[in-house]
Amino acid sequence: MQDLIIKLLHLPPLASEHGAEVDRLLFLVHLLMVVLFVGWSAFFLYTLWRYRQRKHPRPDAVGVRGHLSSYLEVGVAGAEALLLIGLAVPIWARTASAGNFPKPEESTVVRIIGRQFNWIARYPGEDGVFGRGDVKFVSQQNPLGLDPDDPAGKDDIIVENSEVVVPVGKPVIAYVSSLDVIHGFSVKPLRVSYDAIPGLSNPTWFTPTHEGNFLITCSQLCGNGHFSMRGLLRVVKPEEFAAFLKEKRAAAAGPVSYE
Amino acid sequence: MHAHAASMTIPHTVTPRPDTGLYNARLGIWLFLASEVMLFGALFSSYILLRVGASEWPQRQLSIPLGTLNTLVLILSSISVVMAWLALKHKEFGRFKLWQGATVLLALLFLTVKAFEYHDKFTHYYVQTRDGRSWTGHLEGKPFNLTLARLQAGATPPTEIVFHPDAAGHGRTGGKTDHAEALRLPVSELVKLEAFGPWRNTFYAIYFVLTGLHALHVIGGILVLGYFWGPGSRMWFREPERFTNRIEVAGLYWHFVELVWIFLFPTLYLL
Amino acid sequence: MHDHHAPPGFWRRYIFSTDHKVVGIQYGLTALVFLFIGYGLMALMRWQLAYPGQPIPIFGKLLLAVLGPDLADRGIMSPDLYNSFGAMHGTIMVFLAIVPLAVGAFGNYVVPLQIGAPDMAFPRLNMMSYWVYFVGGVIMLVSFFIPGGAAKSGWTSYSPLATIADPVHQIDGQTLWLIGMVFLITSSLLGSINIITTIIQLRARGLGWMRLPFFVWAQLVTAFILLLAFPPLEAAGVLQLCDNLFGSSFFLPTGLVVGGRPLEVSGGGSPLLWQHLFWFLAHPEVYVLILPAMGIVAEVLANNTRKPLFGYKSLVYSAMAIGFISFLVWAHHMYLTGMGTKISTFFQTTTMLISIPSVIILTTLMLTLWGGSIRFNTPMLFALAFLPMFGIGGLTGLPLGFSATDIQLHDTYYVIGHFHYVVAPGTIFALFAGIYYWYPKVTGRLMNDFWGKVHFALSLVFMNLVFMPMFIQGLEGMHRRMYDGGATYAAGPDVAYGLSLGLKLNIGISHAAWLLGLAQVPFIVNFFWSLFRGRKVESDNPWQATTLEWATPTPPPHGNFLEEPVVCRGPYEYGPVGPGRDFVPQHLSESPLEPAPVHVHGREPLTRPQLV
Ligand code: HEA
Ligand code: HEA
Ligand code: CUA
Ligand SMILES: [Cu+2]
Repeated sequence: MQDLIIKLLHLPPLASEHGAEVDRLLFLVHLLMVVLFVGWSAFFLYTLWRYRQRKHPRPDAVGVRGHLSSYLEVGVAGAEALLLIGLAVPIWARTASAGNFPKPEESTVVRIIGRQFNWIARYPGEDGVFGRGDVKFVSQQNPLGLDPDDPAGKDDIIVENSEVVVPVGKPVIAYVSSLDVIHGFSVKPLRVSYDAIPGLSNPTWFTPTHEGNFLITCSQLCGNGHFSMRGLLRVVKPEEFAAFLKEKRAAAAGPVSYE
Repeated sequence: MHAHAASMTIPHTVTPRPDTGLYNARLGIWLFLASEVMLFGALFSSYILLRVGASEWPQRQLSIPLGTLNTLVLILSSISVVMAWLALKHKEFGRFKLWQGATVLLALLFLTVKAFEYHDKFTHYYVQTRDGRSWTGHLEGKPFNLTLARLQAGATPPTEIVFHPDAAGHGRTGGKTDHAEALRLPVSELVKLEAFGPWRNTFYAIYFVLTGLHALHVIGGILVLGYFWGPGSRMWFREPERFTNRIEVAGLYWHFVELVWIFLFPTLYLL
Repeated sequence: MHDHHAPPGFWRRYIFSTDHKVVGIQYGLTALVFLFIGYGLMALMRWQLAYPGQPIPIFGKLLLAVLGPDLADRGIMSPDLYNSFGAMHGTIMVFLAIVPLAVGAFGNYVVPLQIGAPDMAFPRLNMMSYWVYFVGGVIMLVSFFIPGGAAKSGWTSYSPLATIADPVHQIDGQTLWLIGMVFLITSSLLGSINIITTIIQLRARGLGWMRLPFFVWAQLVTAFILLLAFPPLEAAGVLQLCDNLFGSSFFLPTGLVVGGRPLEVSGGGSPLLWQHLFWFLAHPEVYVLILPAMGIVAEVLANNTRKPLFGYKSLVYSAMAIGFISFLVWAHHMYLTGMGTKISTFFQTTTMLISIPSVIILTTLMLTLWGGSIRFNTPMLFALAFLPMFGIGGLTGLPLGFSATDIQLHDTYYVIGHFHYVVAPGTIFALFAGIYYWYPKVTGRLMNDFWGKVHFALSLVFMNLVFMPMFIQGLEGMHRRMYDGGATYAAGPDVAYGLSLGLKLNIGISHAAWLLGLAQVPFIVNFFWSLFRGRKVESDNPWQATTLEWATPTPPPHGNFLEEPVVCRGPYEYGPVGPGRDFVPQHLSESPLEPAPVHVHGREPLTRPQLV
């Protein structure tokens, strides 16, 4: 079924858990649309042919009778209500409502920060706590303005090359934000998309189900480099992820530190 | 095809339409005011949103006595604008002139007071030095809207500024009594010098936009009311009824301007 | 009172005229020119989308010569130029082409005629609203030529980008955009006050609310939307202008870091505040684009099915419902900015609610066809095509309206496809229908029907070839506002999945878009040729229509009606009424042949005008 939906709607292949629901809703809405459109088109074309002036020179004194149109309208409204209450609202409640998030301890927590025109990923490190930051500490070496006096920030891992690495099969909680203008963090195969707005940190979560490199696209116009603001979401095996963190931590402990 | 004869004129320019009870201009002004409500409504909503979102919000930054004075001035003017209309209703053109003139003068008085308040803000400064200290206060000689860039751009840039900080615990700006010692600050030590304009913080930004837009409305009112007081009043002798309608419509507008101020005053000065 | 004036001179008659018909024509011609400019910008952009990075043939040199190498080096469109053109295409199409055409031109010209009024309620205000619009348009056009070029942050002008996109120039394209918008908004306000007052105050005797042609209703609701939705954008524009010129931070949050350095502003503002203010206008605005179109379609359909509209009242109530609910759905453009379940449920629900009256309107118009005697002239063809085209546009609004599916579709070409179906083959077709339909009233001549049909057929084909593939692109995940048409997101050795089909479709779409432009040549030629050579109308009522505009001389003189019209019946009394007659005009009493005096309370008995 899922494969059929993807084929019919020409969607990107699916690589996240909640994506199946999104696709199902997408499919049902399109089904409703097609039914309405085809039904009405048939009526439309038939009417044009049947009542063209040559064939039907005198208009009927009365047109349509009965309540068919009202039933139709109520039907459309009912179908919309069903989709809304049955699918759309629950999906949103699960993915976007902070109350329904998975526990941070059982998830990979990452901050994803956009700037003109690339992405920064930030992991909290071993303590699981992100360090404080302030613009007054911003410099070339410290693009996020981490507070050098905050111990929680010491082990934070910051990846600046537009790569976000996460392990497969485990929920990812992503806090999406921006340094300058509004960007859009969007990974189509994972059915994930959230605006990266400066001054706000928008939480979203998803569970990647397939390993692979998936494109991160920037969905909001953010300046003349908007089209090229490409990133990679690398979904890897848990061991690889651990190795990745270790390597980054070692690199961070090296010559560059935020003092 | 047909003889071109102008056979119809626009109805209800003077007399009300029976089923609506309105003449055209009166409906027109109500519609205009509805759009004005949306305009100021949007700005008030912005004010609320910014204030709710702010970590701290400056309070009591403005001179309450001056604000109160201006409130009184506008209230008086909205009385006089009614009196002017009533005078016309009683066919007393002379008295109309008197009241209408009074309205215009009061409106001008309002603007004058407002100009003083604005001037105060642009001669009140915030300075910050390299070592992180900062003050608010006045510069010697009360220069208008100086910035660091403008200070250094002069022919002979000064090497230091003389700064009179506001007394401690002294909330609003523009106070007359500064007891604190004058400071001499080397220009090279300054990192920030700015007057209390819209760039200072979102409070000042919204203050200037709201009162500025309101002031524009006052100026518009002065132009309209002044015109009907002066050259426009000749219409009285040709079409007295129509002229009375115009004064009524202008008066409705003026009441709206005054009403906006009644909201602005507590929002910006008191809360 | 006005009888004995000397005839006004050229300037008063054609340039600074206060006659609603002249003002309407001025609006119409100006708006058509802007429609053309809006298309031209897009035609150039489509080259860059189809062939990224290649010099534009012919026009590339022109761009280089006019705008310089910063924007069009070697005739190649730069990213900044692409963004400028994109933002200005949207702005020009919405605010300078479609609204002025639908409201300024048709509203101005037709509404007073249809309600039996001699002019608009405030003729001088009417003239001013045109000239304010004109100045706004000139400011927008000038902005292309200032250093740095026109606004480049989308027609939505989201902050902070709109404030920091051009840090070099103090007065940049965005500044002029904002100033231009203030003019355009002011013009719309003046216009809407005028239209509402006119409809409420100047209706002819006997023209009760339920006897108004649906077009008038559509204009009334539209005018209310303009009146109440535009001021918040004006407020937002003033605030953004302050941010750009005076260093305030209404829409700039604390802690912005631009290009690796903290931005020197006080901060404390909110980027979302701009979006709320913008969409509070811009969502109702889209119904401003569609309601007059629906009005035109209703007129043309009734006239050419020779049958009353099915469910006139439900049309009227639906239009009112749309007008009202349109103020409650704005945040469906902002699902992904971080809203919780409650707020998103509210806006999803209102979005679904507002689709119901649209469904009713469409259903009603479709059912009108049943039992008719359908004439397929050019206006009718455009009006008929409007139905399925708007249907596609409207239906594709549904998956956008659910926040969960909007995750996948937001800011992709699916959105572009959705709204172009509504505004291009939707609204533009309705406007074409209106032009072909009322042309004989304005000029006394008919446009050529054959070339009209050619224009129709080609436009229909190419519109669909342009916009249908965009749904596929969008579903595949191709984002809008991509300077390279999405080439950066092609699949590569390091990527599991990237764009494939979408990129190929770009080329086909572009060719269809250029052909769509060519398909307008028959229209443009027909439009001007018919002014002088078109078939002359034999009567004042060539379409045998019922509404009052056809009871005036052709073209209507200053003051419109020779005698004050009195309305005796509803707007669409088509149907078999007698031998060789299938309609009764609104101003005729029961028996078309024997006019009888009527008494309207408190007035002299009046004899109704004879048949024309
Ligand atoms: C005239 C313009 C217009 C109209 C009428 C509409 C109508 C609708 N729009 Fe659209 N919309 C826009 C113009 C318009 N829109 C624009 C310009 C944008 C993008 C702005 C930007 O970001 O730049 C946009 C974006 C937009 C979004 C945001 C998408 C995003 O950015 O992610 C959403 C989301 O809810 C939406 C929803 C809807 C809905 C539910 C309707 C409903 O009202 C539609 C109701 C109609 C129907 C349901 C049709 C009924 C059909 C039938 C009964 C069958 C008929 C069949 C035949 C005739 C054969 N629109
Ligand atoms: C009413 C609004 C409207 C209309 C009618 C159109 C019409 C068209 N639009 Fe537009 N478009 C927008 C509003 C509109 N657009 C908006 C708001 C955006 C978003 C901008 C943004 O990102 O901020 C957009 C974006 C947009 C994009 C996406 C760009 C991007 O994201 O990078 C594309 C891509 O193909 C496009 C194409 C077209 C095409 C091919 C037409 C065609 O349908 C045009 C058809 C018109 C003609 C062929 C001209 C006919 C001319 C005449 C009839 C003149 C006759 C003259 C005389 C008689 C004097 N548009
Ligand atoms: Cu970042 Cu677009
Ligand atoms: Cu909308």
